[in-house]
Amino acid sequence: MHPFVLERPRDLSAALSFGAQPGRNDAPVEYIAGGTDMVQLLQEYVRRPDRLVSLAGVLDDGIEIGPQGLRFGAAATMAEVAAHQGVVEQFPLISQALLNSASPQVRNQATMGGNLLQRTRCPYFRDVGYEACNKRAPGSGCAALEGENRWHAVLGTSDDCIAVHPSDLAVALVALDASVELRGTGGDRSVPLSELHRLPRDTPHLETVLAPGEVITAITVPANAAGLRSHYLKLRDRASFEFAVVSAAVAIETAGARIRQARVALGGVGTKPWRLPNVEQALADRSLEPGELRSAAALAAEGAQGRGHNDFKIELMQRAIVRAVEIAGAHA
Amino acid sequence: MRGAISPAVAQAAGAATAPLDVSLRINGTEHRLSLDPRTTLLDALREHLHLTGSKKGCGLGQCGACTVLMDGMRVKACLSLAALAQGREIKTIEGLAQGDELHPLQASFIERDAFQCGYCTSGQIMAGVACISEGHAGSPQDIREWMSGNLCRCGAYDHIVAAIQDAAAVYSSTQEG
Repeated sequence: MHPFVLERPRDLSAALSFGAQPGRNDAPVEYIAGGTDMVQLLQEYVRRPDRLVSLAGVLDDGIEIGPQGLRFGAAATMAEVAAHQGVVEQFPLISQALLNSASPQVRNQATMGGNLLQRTRCPYFRDVGYEACNKRAPGSGCAALEGENRWHAVLGTSDDCIAVHPSDLAVALVALDASVELRGTGGDRSVPLSELHRLPRDTPHLETVLAPGEVITAITVPANAAGLRSHYLKLRDRASFEFAVVSAAVAIETAGARIRQARVALGGVGTKPWRLPNVEQALADRSLEPGELRSAAALAAEGAQGRGHNDFKIELMQRAIVRAVEIAGAHA
Repeated sequence: MRGAISPAVAQAAGAATAPLDVSLRINGTEHRLSLDPRTTLLDALREHLHLTGSKKGCGLGQCGACTVLMDGMRVKACLSLAALAQGREIKTIEGLAQGDELHPLQASFIERDAFQCGYCTSGQIMAGVACISEGHAGSPQDIREWMSGNLCRCGAYDHIVAAIQDAAAVYSSTQEG
């Protein structure tokens, strides 16, 4: 690891004053919370901050369900949220996405805020032996475009970056219209999760809309997302402890054998958690017949671009949507 | 294309990092250490406290050989900075037996011959202890899912699953008795 000064502030305002900036490789100050991603990045010299600011003990870790919906503190662990009785009963999509993530050990350590801000698993980003990575070293190129890109994105890509956002949790949350509460030295604000991450465009080194010092303090999910029929389908190269090749988060409200409204998001295929309003619109008022689902899911491919090894994802993600809706509907 | 940075050079450049006073509670004993802030909990255990039961496999959270319990919950010691583990109750494989009496899962690992080379074993046992206490050892399928954070390159998985099932049965009979 590159040498760093470790700060252990007593409270959140002290933590904010260091001006740490998550998701930027040129930032000299970074936060560390659960550490499960940060320590890997430090060990591999992908991140070389001069100062590391610990968020241990300074962030809320509570989980509450009330009339406004679900709210969990950014320091709640993946394991705590996944096992929370109210989450399991009213927001099972979140619990399911979490239990399909990482390993039991990592879920005991990793926090909600950190999960949303984890860095891509693109092997070219994670291996500093490769010079070309616009995310790690702006302007250096993208080794994945012509490289091994089976795991890479087909939605939201640019000619500068095709790295996938790796979080399962974020896919489930974005389908449920979640927001993140942020705090900075300038005050508090709330941002829809769908707007937290930036598209790579020609600035893939800028991953989020967080300002210097700003931190995620809580995540909220509106009450109208409770009690929907849902399913998180994760397709991966081994049965457990693996990132998604393709995943689909689906939540539907049905009336008889018809879909009244649907929420659909994809993981493993987008440069950020990928919501699909066009598919959702097409699914509304359709029956659960496979043919009907299939033609609605086909709209997910609008704008999709494969780069060779990952071409199969364009077909697979449509099938994943159909399967996830079928499973969610079968719970009727 | 590869080889742009030399970790050895970067490591040497870090020699000047000021040490931190860190107090760690391991297996019921408080240890005061002066550590480079970069020291992981695993390196503190192995290199500073000479508790070498916890193993370093990948050092990146993938293999589970470094699994320890922190406040009763299983974690990967290679992904924790030692300075941030201050104030937590840490239990390692060295703290599992009561004197000469093995923990039931240690005994069942021997009984079931649940290892070949043994490198992953302490991590498997610590994760298995947690798997049982969490209530995730109800079936072989459950055990396989909830032990997925621990790899065994010898492929002793069948025996590991059997050992955890055996120990879980001992636990439940003890609790009922």
